Amino acid sequence: MQPIFDVLTVFFLAVGCLLAVTGALGVVRMPDFYSRLHPAGKTDSLALVLIITGLLFQCSRYPGIGMGAAIRLVLIAGFVFLTSPVATHAIAKAAMLAGLEPWRKADESHAQL
Amino acid sequence: MMPGVLLGAGLAILVGIFLLLTRAFAGPTPFDRILATNAMGTKTVIFVALLGFISGRPEFLDTALAYAIINFVSTIAILKFIEFRRIG
Repeated sequence: MQPIFDVLTVFFLAVGCLLAVTGALGVVRMPDFYSRLHPAGKTDSLALVLIITGLLFQCSRYPGIGMGAAIRLVLIAGFVFLTSPVATHAIAKAAMLAGLEPWRKADESHAQL
Repeated sequence: MMPGVLLGAGLAILVGIFLLLTRAFAGPTPFDRILATNAMGTKTVIFVALLGFISGRPEFLDTALAYAIINFVSTIAILKFIEFRRIG
């Protein structure tokens, strides 16, 4: 059973790490604060859940403490899946209340004027 | 083979943390810095969990859980301070 679990772990870790790195790259490359919310908020929670799922398959390697580790992994995933969108929404709301203007293309704003 | 895979995943997470750190330093507005720091905290939770499995001691997961809670509470506290200019 453990070889199948190892293959699943490699798959979930690979997808999760891809999401984590591309999300960080998006935060660096996006032109505006509001567009940066998109890679930071979404990819983060999904990457964490995928990597935690990958680690969940490794718990059977630890006979005595594997069950407790699995419960803690599920707790971490559930907590972050609930709180990460809340934090992202709170940051966006605070920026909006502080009067931060959304970014537009240069000629687009001229056309609207 | 498995520790190598976990180590590679940890290195990828570290690359992500470094990229977010550049945004936290460069970010024009304070909200960019808060956003990058929050995402860094989430990636740190992943890294601590991976570290527990790399070193073969899953007890590190307690630390990861505590870090997730502290990350959320500190982000909300900073935003509340910016919005209302007081914590209490």
